[in-house]
Amino acid sequence: MNAPVKNKLLKGETGEWEIVIGMEVHAQVLSNSKLFSGASTQFGAEPNSQVSFIDAGFPGMLPVINEKCVEQAVRTGLGLKAKINLRSLFDRKNYFYPDLPQGYQISQYKDPIVGEGEVFIDLKDGESIKVGIERLHLEQDAGKSLHDQHPDSSFVDLNRSGIALMEIVTKPHMRTSEEAAAFLKKLRAIVRYLGTCDGNMDEGSMRADVNVSVCRVGGYDKFRADGSFKHLGTRCEIKNVNSMRFIAQAVEFEARRQIEVIEGGGTIRQETRLYDSKLGETRSMRSKEEAHDYRYFPDPDLLPLELDAAWVESIKKTLPELPDEKKARFMGQGLSAYDASVLVAERELADFYEELAKGVDAKAAANWLNNEILGRLNRDGLSITDVPVSAAANNAIIQMISDKTISGKIAKDLLDIVWTEGGDPRQVVEARGLKQVTDTGAIDAAIEAVIAANPDKVEEVKAKPKLAAWFVGQVMKQTGGKANPAVVNAALKTRLNLPDEG
Amino acid sequence: MSELTAMTLAEARDAIKAKKISSRELTGAFIKAIEAARPLNAFITEAGEQALAMADASDKRIAAGKTGALEGLPLAIKDLFCTKGTRTTAASKILGNFVPPYESTVTQNLWDAGAVMLGKTNLDEFAMGSSNETSAFGPVFNPWRARNSNANLVPGGSSGGSSAAVAADLCLAATGTDTGGSIRQPAAVTGRVGLKPTYGRCSRFGIVAFASSLDQAGPMTKTVRDAAIMLGTMASVDAKDSTSVDLAVPDYEKLLEGGIKGLRVGIPKEYRIDGAPAEIDALWSKGADWLKAQGAEIVEVSLPHTKYALPTYYIVAPAEASSNLARYDGVKFGYRAKGARDITDLYEKSRGEGFGAEVQRRILIGTYVLSAGYYDAYYSRAQKLRSLIKRDFEQAFEKCDVLLTPTTPGPAFGVGAKTADPVEMYLQDVFTVTVNLAGLPGISVPAGLTENGLPLGLQLIGKAFDEATLLRAALAVETAADFKHSPAKWWSV
Repeated sequence: MNAPVKNKLLKGETGEWEIVIGMEVHAQVLSNSKLFSGASTQFGAEPNSQVSFIDAGFPGMLPVINEKCVEQAVRTGLGLKAKINLRSLFDRKNYFYPDLPQGYQISQYKDPIVGEGEVFIDLKDGESIKVGIERLHLEQDAGKSLHDQHPDSSFVDLNRSGIALMEIVTKPHMRTSEEAAAFLKKLRAIVRYLGTCDGNMDEGSMRADVNVSVCRVGGYDKFRADGSFKHLGTRCEIKNVNSMRFIAQAVEFEARRQIEVIEGGGTIRQETRLYDSKLGETRSMRSKEEAHDYRYFPDPDLLPLELDAAWVESIKKTLPELPDEKKARFMGQGLSAYDASVLVAERELADFYEELAKGVDAKAAANWLNNEILGRLNRDGLSITDVPVSAAANNAIIQMISDKTISGKIAKDLLDIVWTEGGDPRQVVEARGLKQVTDTGAIDAAIEAVIAANPDKVEEVKAKPKLAAWFVGQVMKQTGGKANPAVVNAALKTRLNLPDEG
Repeated sequence: MSELTAMTLAEARDAIKAKKISSRELTGAFIKAIEAARPLNAFITEAGEQALAMADASDKRIAAGKTGALEGLPLAIKDLFCTKGTRTTAASKILGNFVPPYESTVTQNLWDAGAVMLGKTNLDEFAMGSSNETSAFGPVFNPWRARNSNANLVPGGSSGGSSAAVAADLCLAATGTDTGGSIRQPAAVTGRVGLKPTYGRCSRFGIVAFASSLDQAGPMTKTVRDAAIMLGTMASVDAKDSTSVDLAVPDYEKLLEGGIKGLRVGIPKEYRIDGAPAEIDALWSKGADWLKAQGAEIVEVSLPHTKYALPTYYIVAPAEASSNLARYDGVKFGYRAKGARDITDLYEKSRGEGFGAEVQRRILIGTYVLSAGYYDAYYSRAQKLRSLIKRDFEQAFEKCDVLLTPTTPGPAFGVGAKTADPVEMYLQDVFTVTVNLAGLPGISVPAGLTENGLPLGLQLIGKAFDEATLLRAALAVETAADFKHSPAKWWSV
């Protein structure tokens, strides 16, 4: 399934190239307090208002692990179908920077809390790809340097300092910018389902570094066959790509840049590059030679993190149904793979759908959601959590369609009414007389009226049976849209003596 | 008033309890003694006014019948413990006029028990040194001088201010910290008792860190009994220190009783080093005889990796220090150099000007041994050796209950005598560092005088968290040694 696929190749001057992509995602742990201190993690507070003496690196301060953060990391690991390491270590990553008050970041280096796992991503063409997870570890976030507050001084905000991050590292298993974006989207869905990260990229709760390399066609398959990185090109790490859109652009740019360098007779240097979203290009930050020597060593202030297998098991029992399982279940209800994957992308959307589909046809519910509700949300710039008409109310509308109380056309009007004015759909239907007319007497009367008013059309329709649709429209108009279209069709057919279309 | 300051902690406690003296009286006497002893430079910060306020509060509690274990007893605090509202310097320029907005757990325990703080004592900068000569606040002079000599001697280090203050009767007892011998060595060369508890027995919260896996707070006292009393209050499990251990703190003073009949005392043969003064060896043998005479059984044991202890220590401790001291960067608190061009310049200037030579040396060593390409050769091997040293002790303790060794390779030396050669200075720790590497408790007890009239100590090493047995053995040495000497108070004439 990993054979070189034409649409995954980039064409250069000298032939075709494969792109190989791996990612490191920093996901902020959802917790009330920081990884090693009791300070709040609330976003958007006044600068330096959520800083403990530990976060500020004061003399004699000691870190104490926040159990909630450990639980969240384990939960995420379980959600990634990954190995949970019952013993892990915290290390110090040493470097100097003003937003790093301790002069080191507490991280996990050799022994992370979570080992290998996997994430499945669905592509538009229906292909499903497994992306291997290398590891997940816990670490402290740094503070934030503010360079735009004063002409010749920089300021530091330590609110973020010490907040727990999960660094999730993938194997280099992605091969197009679309796959990279799809991976991040899927990872985001998983952590949001799990409630371990809010996935808010605008607030920096999820940040991605992307590793990109290029190789000649076939190199990737050889790498997958024997695991040797020698088949792949030299990688460059692109830092802090902060939106799905930028990921695609950054990968695309970087791959083309590397191909140009190689085809021009140059070699790729292993380096860290920064993506400039304004110019749409990557720029060198520092080469491997200039890389920091972080002097990792086990943090002597913290004991090894030892987890109880039974505790891990108890967390496993509380895991929610995750996107993949949900998708499979939705498909079992008759939804297409595409519809199901759209619905499970957001937990809130899936939840909405489940309530919407209660007791009605799954496909009808999915179509109603995709075509009517999402369309209106999109138009109004709202998200599913802001939807003005509840799932139960929408469910009532779908039920009224299926039991022929109202027509599909009326249903859309009805949704528009309750969308803007509110109210219970069943009561609105009653109050405004929107019930579908299946009374043949009333429909026959309407048909007679239309025929009487349009003798020319009656002649015409004999030669052009397609004109029947015009008659249907006229009759619907006569009945204020309330006539049952199927009944109108049948009655017209008989009255006008039209042939069956088969 | 001199009889007041000459009291032991236990005597003063009993006198206060019996309402023979007030805390204010006692505190006043020590404040006077401290003022008179300024030539020793034992204190970086004297806190007389605050001490009197604490004494008055204590006297009120005594009057109300609410007394703690250390009610009204004036103590000196090594200036490595953060004290809320009182400047804490670590004897470094880089902390500037840092006034902690929080209290270390150990000192908080002391104040909660009713103790009075006289001031903050001098030390080697960031506790790095064995002579108190690396202090940015100048050296401390040992209250002891050799017979017929006016030459100033060092009080040991790094807790040199505390050892001098205890020996010169400037406090009833003092706190120290011990990373490689910093309590026991200064206690030994000032003729007093110094106890380094098991790693994890006292909380490290609020103590300016030197080497986190080795640092441990402990008492420096006039007697073994006083050490037992002090430890009982200093020790506690602490939710703020993950490496503190949740074990009940026994009544160490009560456990002093009972003698040492049947106690197995190990003599590690590797501690007999070439070129050690004969006086040291003789005292060591004498110590064994004293214990034997009180019913102990003397057994020879082996700690085969002892010779690697000093190099191991001088890799592990600087490695941790290089990281622990990274926070002193001129950005957030403490000293900031003037005229920096950019952030790198600010770091370099602030740290270059703020740290003394010995601290810089250790930061450089530590940075080096953790660097890519050197980590395996140094830090990683040192960790392996540390495990072997620890195992040595575990095996030795299968054959004995405590170990007896000398505390130091010699008596107090002259100011400036060893500053030229750092390795010479590091050798001061040769008998003490093993204990820190193994995380065990160790105590130095004054055992005799050299021919020149300078004190020497014997070290006892105990099993982890068995301070009670250690203290009982120490009491036996103390009783037999009957060390009643005090330095002549040359500074107050």
